[in-house]
Amino acid sequence: METYSLLREFADSWMLLAMTLFFLGVIVWAFRPGSTKTYKDTASIPFRNETNPSREHDDGKDDNVKIGGAS
Amino acid sequence: MTSNYLKLIVLAGVTLFAALAASWGRDLAYQVHAVLIMVIAAGMFIWVLRNTDEPVRAGVDDNGYMDDVIRAGVIATTFWGIVGFLAGTFIAFQLAFPALNFDWAQPYFNFGRLRPLHTSAVIFAFGGNALIMSSFYIVQRTCGTRLWGGNLRWFVFWGYQLFIVLAATGYVLGATQSREYAEPEWYIDIWLTIIWVSYLAIYMGTLIKRQEKHIYVANWFFLAFIVTVAMLHIVNNLHVPVSIWGSKSVQVFSGVQDAMTQWWYGHNAVGFFLTAGFLGMMYYFVPKQAERPVFSYKLSIIHFWALIFLYIWAGPHHLHYTALPDWAATLGMVFSIILWMPSWGGMINGLMTLNGAWDKLRTDPIIRMMVISLAFYGMSTFEGPMMSIRAVNSLSHYTDWTIGHVHSGVLGWNGMITFAALYFLTPKLWGRAQMYSMSAINWHFWLATIGIVLYAASMWVTGIMEGLMWREVDSQGFLVNSFADTVAAKFPMYVVRGLGGVMYLAGAMIMVWNLWMTIRGGSKVTAPVGVPAE
Repeated sequence: METYSLLREFADSWMLLAMTLFFLGVIVWAFRPGSTKTYKDTASIPFRNETNPSREHDDGKDDNVKIGGAS
Repeated sequence: MTSNYLKLIVLAGVTLFAALAASWGRDLAYQVHAVLIMVIAAGMFIWVLRNTDEPVRAGVDDNGYMDDVIRAGVIATTFWGIVGFLAGTFIAFQLAFPALNFDWAQPYFNFGRLRPLHTSAVIFAFGGNALIMSSFYIVQRTCGTRLWGGNLRWFVFWGYQLFIVLAATGYVLGATQSREYAEPEWYIDIWLTIIWVSYLAIYMGTLIKRQEKHIYVANWFFLAFIVTVAMLHIVNNLHVPVSIWGSKSVQVFSGVQDAMTQWWYGHNAVGFFLTAGFLGMMYYFVPKQAERPVFSYKLSIIHFWALIFLYIWAGPHHLHYTALPDWAATLGMVFSIILWMPSWGGMINGLMTLNGAWDKLRTDPIIRMMVISLAFYGMSTFEGPMMSIRAVNSLSHYTDWTIGHVHSGVLGWNGMITFAALYFLTPKLWGRAQMYSMSAINWHFWLATIGIVLYAASMWVTGIMEGLMWREVDSQGFLVNSFADTVAAKFPMYVVRGLGGVMYLAGAMIMVWNLWMTIRGGSKVTAPVGVPAE
């Protein structure tokens, strides 16, 4: 039970805090300035590449933004 | 190809091992499976041998994508759908008319063995094939690249079909772990793990070599589905086989830990298999069919993270009033209720995608199917949190209300969005202008919808009635009803439920005919429907 108590203590405190902050961070991050423009482009992905896999779109904008914070 | 020599060695080894297993097997299911694997491995040995040093086909369509495995997936989804619906309708009538548990078919075709066959056929065979084939379609289009891994896609496809066949025959022959939605025995679990890791590898490989800068939200949902199902499957199936020559295994956990692991798995099978994966389908097919981007991409990101952060905790609501500590049950209940928010956020996001295109609802039966699917998603994700509340659960638990809830979710949400996806994909994959008959889609829509309504309504009535009868006490404090009294009282609703099943099955049969005619010949335009106005 030592391991259980230790893990339980950790889960109830730091882990909970870390996950809550991460989650709040995602929400704040989704609304960051400039996100609307990026997401407009991302949301239109299904309407590209219908045939012939190729890089037919490259507007060079917001190139270093990733979705979801990790990949 | 030198890799073919390696394949031949492996296949020969598998054939030999399966032959030994068929001979030394301790139980019928194991022996039948061993013979099955022996025959398949021997057949593959001959096939690989005959194709060695022959030119290899690339398997790339004219449009540049690897769609052959997706066409196979459309057929498999449809086939297993019919099998699953048929099994479900039959066992519904077995409950209404117990004589259908035929004496000559005992013990193989009694309710107890056919029920897991039904649940696995619809969830894993129908739903699983739908998820695999649509994720392969979507990941290629949204990444602008072909599937990674070459022929690994066929290994995943056929390996998954083998998993289904082994699982289904195992249930009928009596090999089961008796764990809800995780009935397959240890060797089938190991096989599924191999398949699933290969699936993950293809998916990740394709995402990594994508041509688009961003990963479209549908892929996030699919990835969460694949990764989480892998985790759930492995932890819930920590079983030790009694013998390598038998199907029986013993689980590592015991008591309430075992129950909690089971329902952590069971509810997340709903959360990640039937929700996250199908939301991936929704986030691609609804915008495509409506011809406009998703209502709010920001909302889709919040939907994703909220859903996966919350769902994983909801399992304990299956264990109210058990040996599970109250704090754990309360935790599960609270998270289930919070979960209502992201669920409805996703539903609203899907429905509002039609903003400005609501007229399509009148003209396009595929859009109508998507909308009813989202409506049922919204309804069952409201009903679920409500039923997870301890006081409500004390009435609803162990009654048919639960069965009705599950079916409004799976028949309504999963079934309808899958039908819509099949109608969307089939003309595209076989190079047809559109589905053969639009009015047949309409028939399917109404048969399925009315079928679900009959099913859900009869189960609400019978479930609440049953719950109230169980708790009814007389003035002396004695229980008024015996269990058999409730069974007798439920008969009319069981018949209605069975009829609902028949209607749902009939709609699916019409779909099979429609898909067949679309694939076989060119399109016959019966109504000017679904044509973009531009």
